[in-house]
Amino acid sequence: MSSLRPGNVGIVIVSHSPKIAEGAADMVRQMVGDAVPLAWTGGDVDGGLGTNVAGILAAIETAWSPAGVAILVDLGGAETNSEMAVEMLPEDRRARVLVCNAPVVEGAVIAATESSGGSSLAAVKRSAEEFYA
Amino acid sequence: MHDTNAHRATQIFAPLTASAVLVNPVGLHARPSVKLTQCAKGFTAKIEIALAADGPWTDAKSPVKVMRVKAPQGATLHFRISGPDGEAALTAMLALVHDGFGEA
Repeated sequence: MSSLRPGNVGIVIVSHSPKIAEGAADMVRQMVGDAVPLAWTGGDVDGGLGTNVAGILAAIETAWSPAGVAILVDLGGAETNSEMAVEMLPEDRRARVLVCNAPVVEGAVIAATESSGGSSLAAVKRSAEEFYA
Repeated sequence: MHDTNAHRATQIFAPLTASAVLVNPVGLHARPSVKLTQCAKGFTAKIEIALAADGPWTDAKSPVKVMRVKAPQGATLHFRISGPDGEAALTAMLALVHDGFGEA
């Protein structure tokens, strides 16, 4: 996208359901715009409900930004697989990817809004997590 | 010393205030909240909103806090802005509200 600013924090959406992940990404694009690197992943490797580490790694790569990447997850496995994916990243990238403790849809929109204003990864995570504050 | 500097800062950038009526049908729901926050983040000035002239004031750069205001259509949105680019910020924020956040 021409308006993409590589300096903004990337957003990755991880859900057990590819439909939820894609739908949440659609909401981010429509509400926040194209100024934020964004990727989604959902489903297990057989196409069923679940998450998989390879898919999460690919999404992190797609949404990669020098400013870092914030990951929004839904339930249990999405979080543990995301943490596993972060562990598998090259060492210099590991510290620049954070899993947010926030609702996946609302958190993604809020995180992207924060990112679109040029905020840091820590600020993006903090803002998304305000939903549970 | 510190207090003197703080005082001087407020002298230079006395808060600007203004208000505008929300004209878009759904008020300050999710999408307008995002637009308002994005607009506010474009300025260095401190920007706050409230539903009454005497507050309580909400940080306009926080998307979660702005959504929690839940301002309905017809509500008067008050702005309190202070900073070096305060006037430009106030103009932009008022234009956004008058324009119904592009959806009126």
